Amino acid sequence: MAATETEIRARDRAGARAAGAPRPDVPVVELKDVTKVYDGGSVGLDHVSLRIGRGEFVFLVGPTGCGKSTCIRLLMRELLPSSGEVFIAGRDIGRIPSKRVPHLRRNIGVVFQDYKLLPNRTVYANVAYSLEVIGESRQSIRRKVPDILRLVGLSTKLHAYPDELSGGEQQRVSIARAFVNHPPLLLADEPTGNLDPETSIGIMQLIYRINRTGTTVIVATHDKEMVDKMRRRVIELDGGRIVRDELSGLYRPDESTREFAIRLRGEMGVGDEGNPN
Amino acid sequence: MRLGFFVKEAYRALSRNAAPSLAAMLTILLTALVLGVFIPIVQATTSAADQVRSRVIVNVYLASDVSPADKLALRQRIERTPNVERVEYVSKEEALAQERRRHPKAGWELLGSNPLPDTFRVTPVDPDRVQEIVDALYPVGADGRRHGAVPAIDEVRNREQDTKKILSATSIVKVLAAGLAGLLVFASIALVANTIRLSIFARRREVEVMRLVGATNWFIRWPFVIEGMLVGLMGGVLAVLLLWIVKDTFLDPLSDRFALVSLPHTISFPALAAVLLGSCVAVSAIGSGVTLRRFLRV
Ligand SMILES: Nc1ncnc2c1ncn2[C@@H]1O[C@H](COP(=O)(O)OP(=O)(O)O)[C@@H](O)[C@H]1O
Ligand SMILES: [Mg+2]
Repeated sequence: MAATETEIRARDRAGARAAGAPRPDVPVVELKDVTKVYDGGSVGLDHVSLRIGRGEFVFLVGPTGCGKSTCIRLLMRELLPSSGEVFIAGRDIGRIPSKRVPHLRRNIGVVFQDYKLLPNRTVYANVAYSLEVIGESRQSIRRKVPDILRLVGLSTKLHAYPDELSGGEQQRVSIARAFVNHPPLLLADEPTGNLDPETSIGIMQLIYRINRTGTTVIVATHDKEMVDKMRRRVIELDGGRIVRDELSGLYRPDESTREFAIRLRGEMGVGDEGNPN
Repeated sequence: MRLGFFVKEAYRALSRNAAPSLAAMLTILLTALVLGVFIPIVQATTSAADQVRSRVIVNVYLASDVSPADKLALRQRIERTPNVERVEYVSKEEALAQERRRHPKAGWELLGSNPLPDTFRVTPVDPDRVQEIVDALYPVGADGRRHGAVPAIDEVRNREQDTKKILSATSIVKVLAAGLAGLLVFASIALVANTIRLSIFARRREVEVMRLVGATNWFIRWPFVIEGMLVGLMGGVLAVLLLWIVKDTFLDPLSDRFALVSLPHTISFPALAAVLLGSCVAVSAIGSGVTLRRFLRV
């Protein structure tokens, strides 16, 4: 069995007790009074302050246009705040020189609704490409790519092209790409936005599993039903302001990913046809 | 390994972006051809002009019956005139002998006496400012006509007319060549810039992914720079090849027969090829650089 998978299985079992234990007291992400006004004058975020601790799983919810994507893009420093500060691992990312931005992004995995895969490259090549462009050696690429694709359950589709895959499979490739270097922070913007409920549960389970390895996860979504069932911390935005931040008492840190999936399927009324992993 | 990646990516982009790359390559080819033709021509005309310049002299004709003392005084005066390099005395007998040698059949015997005056031949330091010497020795008087500055001077002349024509012809050639080359260089830069802009557009997904996963700026840019330089290099190599064929099949056989065709004082072909290839790569690097600055920011 591959190293990554062994490692993750081990952490999965160890659950809350191991290195992956949530430490909400150590902020990985902190927004201090952040406002983002776009050039056109529309308000993305309006005086938002929040702290997200290491290992947390946080949902960012709210209606379309409430500022979820703005928040994600601020965190990956694709946008700079109009006022206020964004801290990642204690560093004000508005102040790091633009030369250092690529290195910040190497420590943040990002997943989008539209997957952002390269259509003319195979599954394997898509993930390998993201390692090539940050200068990884061929050797480590050959080691890491099959490993991560096995983790997301795609080891039989290495040579398929994206248009030969289902939406859920494409999203798995994009998650593999985001997580191949095991970044401490994973951002997902509507990762299940294009997927049916059953496929969405599989994707959420995968993201949950990544979270169980100690990676802090922020998922923006407007899938209220899914969020309510998952019982994680929920930050709700409306018109760019935080209207709800439930450090959910519903949190069950010792739940395994399998138990999690079974419970979710039950609560969402989707049949359990067996776990692909 | 990195270089392999960049070249592979650049090639991928080139083959997907063939039409604009071809247009840019043809413009660069044209630019290189024009440069390749004009560089030797400009060099040849410049050296011709320099030869003309070195032959510019001022003749100071003396009045008849000037005493040796006055001649010496005049010689010293000329030598003290600004812009004078050298003064040479040619007596009327020597002048006649020279003319006879130059035009042996002119029938000099028919002349009863020697019509030529004694002459000081003055070589200027700067041929372009020869008029200063004329003005000093043969100024315009109150009546609006020129008179010798001293009675010993009868007349002062230079071959100003001829010289001016040749010099202005060369400067026209130079201005034309520079203008044409400038225009073509500008067009090449613009077309390479356009090629790269289209290539960035064609590869916007790749660029987006590269940014997303934290590729450095230069990692994102290199494939585009290499793509531009490949376009430039291909244009340059084709131009050098064409020039060489023309030189080998037409110019070389001609210059064996006619000394005129072999241009003296011009650049050797390997040096010319190096200059052309260098400028093609430079032009295309500038073209890609311009676009990358505009369209590829973090
Ligand atoms: N690039 C942009 N330029 C101008 N306004 C934008 C831009 N992106 C988002 N907005 C505006 O900012 C607000 C928040 O958008 P967004 O963060 O995309 O919301 P969500 O992802 O929650 O749907 C909306 O009013 C939207 O119109
Ligand atoms: Mg959005």
